[in-house]
Amino acid sequence: MDAESLLLSLELASGSGQGLSPDRRASLLTSLMLVKRDYRYDRVLFWGRILGLVADYYIAQGLNEDQLAPRKTLYSLNCTEWSLLPPATEEMVAQSSVVKGRFMGDPSHEYEHIELQKVNEGEKVFEEEVVVQIKEETRLVYIIDQIDKAVAIIPRGALFKTPFGPTHVNRTFEGLSLSEAKKLSSYFHFREPVELKNKTLLEKADLDPSLDFMDSLEHDVPKGSWSIQMERGNALVVLRSLLWPGLTFYHAPRTKNYGYIYVGTGEKNMDLPFML
Amino acid sequence: MEKSTSPKQEKENQELGEASRSWEVKTAASPQYSEPASFEPLEAKQGLETGRQSRSSRSWSPQSGARTSLGGPAGPETSPAPLSPQESSSTPSPLAPAIQDLAAPLQSDRTSSVIPEAGTPYPDPLEQSSDKRESTPHHTSQLEGNTFQQSQQPKPHLCGPRAVSYNNANQKELRFDVFQEEDSNSDYDLHQPATGGSEVAPSMLETTIQNAKAYLLKTSSKSGLNLYDHLSNMLTKILDERPENAVDIIENISQDVKMAHFSKKFDALHNENEMLPTYEIAEKQKALFLQVHLEGVDQELEDEIVENALPNVMESAFYFEQAGVGLGTDETYRIFLALKQLTDTHPIQRCHFWGKILGLEMNYIVAEVEFREGEDEEEVEEEDVAEERDNGESEADEDEEDELPKSLYKVPQAIPKEESRTGANKYVYFVCNEPGRPWVKLPPVTPAQIVIARKIKKFFTGRLDAPIISYPPFPGNESNYLRAQIARISAGTHVSPLGFYQFGEEEGEEEEEVEGGRNSVEENPDFEGNQVTDLVETLSNWVHHVQHILSQGRCNWFNSIQKNEEEEEEEDEEKEEPDYIEQEVGPPLLTPISEDLEIQNIPAWTTRLSSNLIPQYAIAVLRSNLWPGAYAFSNGKKFENFYIGWGHKYSPDNYTPPVPTPVYQEYPSGPEITEMDDPGVEEEQAFRAAQEAVLLAAEENEETEEDEDEEDDYD
Repeated sequence: MDAESLLLSLELASGSGQGLSPDRRASLLTSLMLVKRDYRYDRVLFWGRILGLVADYYIAQGLNEDQLAPRKTLYSLNCTEWSLLPPATEEMVAQSSVVKGRFMGDPSHEYEHIELQKVNEGEKVFEEEVVVQIKEETRLVYIIDQIDKAVAIIPRGALFKTPFGPTHVNRTFEGLSLSEAKKLSSYFHFREPVELKNKTLLEKADLDPSLDFMDSLEHDVPKGSWSIQMERGNALVVLRSLLWPGLTFYHAPRTKNYGYIYVGTGEKNMDLPFML
Repeated sequence: MEKSTSPKQEKENQELGEASRSWEVKTAASPQYSEPASFEPLEAKQGLETGRQSRSSRSWSPQSGARTSLGGPAGPETSPAPLSPQESSSTPSPLAPAIQDLAAPLQSDRTSSVIPEAGTPYPDPLEQSSDKRESTPHHTSQLEGNTFQQSQQPKPHLCGPRAVSYNNANQKELRFDVFQEEDSNSDYDLHQPATGGSEVAPSMLETTIQNAKAYLLKTSSKSGLNLYDHLSNMLTKILDERPENAVDIIENISQDVKMAHFSKKFDALHNENEMLPTYEIAEKQKALFLQVHLEGVDQELEDEIVENALPNVMESAFYFEQAGVGLGTDETYRIFLALKQLTDTHPIQRCHFWGKILGLEMNYIVAEVEFREGEDEEEVEEEDVAEERDNGESEADEDEEDELPKSLYKVPQAIPKEESRTGANKYVYFVCNEPGRPWVKLPPVTPAQIVIARKIKKFFTGRLDAPIISYPPFPGNESNYLRAQIARISAGTHVSPLGFYQFGEEEGEEEEEVEGGRNSVEENPDFEGNQVTDLVETLSNWVHHVQHILSQGRCNWFNSIQKNEEEEEEEDEEKEEPDYIEQEVGPPLLTPISEDLEIQNIPAWTTRLSSNLIPQYAIAVLRSNLWPGAYAFSNGKKFENFYIGWGHKYSPDNYTPPVPTPVYQEYPSGPEITEMDDPGVEEEQAFRAAQEAVLLAAEENEETEEDEDEEDDYD
């Protein structure tokens, strides 16, 4: 959610129950302002909160002119001091995908993962148990990246693409209409498109190249992994992800207010197919 | 001022006289009306007197257009002048009758019909003619009037006073001429000649005028009006009312005309459908805010204040907000009002806002309620407890036929559910989807439901009657599943600070034979409160105050063997008779939560202070790791429990659905039905040899006997 409209956004996203306490809110407002100035971001988004056992991580993201460029992620333990996180690399992804369980809340905590590695010594090949240490910070980066790729969403029409390449915020976006807001196809993944090129030509002909340049939620696997609801008597549409429980996207139809926030333990819900 | 008496002759003279002038002026001043247009007036003029045919009317329009632009003298150019200036592209037919109407008085009146224009000084007859001319448009058609007025008004630069006089004269004349028209009509008929000439296609001029008129007639997409009609209406109104200084208030007049014109919104129907549910909910929620005024209001108020079953939801919400948990202030307030409605309509002793369970289509708001003594609303139970009778019945049917193998499967006896007000059914739960909707009571929970609810993991859809399709099959629909999960969550996460509750002294422990512990607590009147920091530091300062649910599904152990003893004597076969079932024991009430099992090295609870910046006013917040979404807070004196989440337990491992039970064995394996290999040849021979040996021995022993067919033949 945009740091500019933090208070309103928190109020709108409160349907999921988890939000921020007043002191965190107050510190966020001031510190995000400073982050924006120091790092020279165009927009700062408050991404959410990952609940750890000892402490919670508060995550923010900074965007520059091009909305689809990789975002810079920052984390903080007390909403006042922010530290930049490195971008996710393949190696990080491979390493951290084996770690399970809750976050500790201590960025320097190290997870130990025992791997069996084949070690060649001369002619003998035997397996050794190697203990791989993975830092929690790495895992944090990985999880945030996963969540962003999987479930960060944006309504159709909020961004538009220029022929020169960069995507911009659409200043004439007036919000989705009520009937549009209830359909999954009006929401896009906030990332580079992956499935767009797999569409048939017939489908592509109907798309508007300046608005429909991202993947829509319709074809997410498994089907039904999004829960769409109207709250406050049709004045607010809320999408909750069932794959990453804790991600809430809200939008007030016919207004410009929209945003998403993740408040959760940072664990994927692998039981989803059983639960539907 | 009527020129009805002017002779035709005079007119013609004037026409001719001014024709040239007008002709010149026209060519000079009207760029838009090209050659054909300029020619027309001349010819049309001739034709005018003779007959106003529709065709000629066409030419008139450009003519008049030309004339208006010119403002020059064009004596005999009678009716056309005011008819339609350049703005209006008239279609021939509507104009024709208009022109014909016009023609009559014109013919009688006219000398010249040139609309005065800036620049050229006009002779007096011009004034006359202009008056005449101006008179006609009014009653010909509104169009004419409109355009005429239009042409009049934007030309204030007409020789000053003359302009004013024109305007005034116009206005006065117009009405007057209405009456004239009727008189002159007859004249017109007499003078109806056939117009032979003027076949000239107006082409450009006319198309332009038509285009202009089409543009004026275009309907606005926003309001459904068009400019043409609006102007006509406006001018009609002005001419009817004749306000002073109309030109100064013309904008207001225009606005008034628009407002008076009631028009339905273009897409009203569309919007109606979409907004309907919004309005419905708003209506329902508005009902919440209205107070019900009964007779004896004062007494009601007193009663309410005295025995208040309603919890102070807003206060708890404030504390939970410090912890970062909450639904938002206005939503919480609506829930508060909905709870009030609940307590007003049902005889409730105690009520507690339990929490919110999220669902796929809709969410559930759950209220935990305790009815007043003796006012329980018992539901008729339809459970058949006699399930174990099935086996007995099937036996009797098949006695006479060949006995089919009897099923030896004994349906395990259903464990009866706990009585209300005890154990898992201690409280009654009401749910609603949204504040404002009616509250629905959830049915009491049975142990079987709890047992199976532990084995499945399903999302709630939001509809209480939705079926639960799962393996093992859940006995019930979503309302039962919801109730089972609520029971589990309450048993697992309802905690309170140490010392808040104490055991009641009246309950005797030895009375019940199967109970292992006490099962009810009551508030400790001497509770003094804990230090908030104490509460946060160690988990042993918090205790469970809800009974733990055994794996049987109940809180109080139910020994199902006792009842079985009588039945077992009747049955013939007793297989695998369990000697006794171990009594399941759970942690007793008021166990500190530090004893809760860890989940793979993760403590079951996380404690926090709500704020590190201002610790003196902070509260202690507990967050459950076993049931994500369960929170408890305490500020030393007060405490409260809350749940908001999807309603599932946390497990670090993935959910594995239980395997189906192994297929039941139909027959016990025994030598009778076990297949054996047929003996080989050597074996047979050996066997036969052995048998013969026996036979010989028998024969030797019993010579008297002559049985030879003793043995069977083994093939």
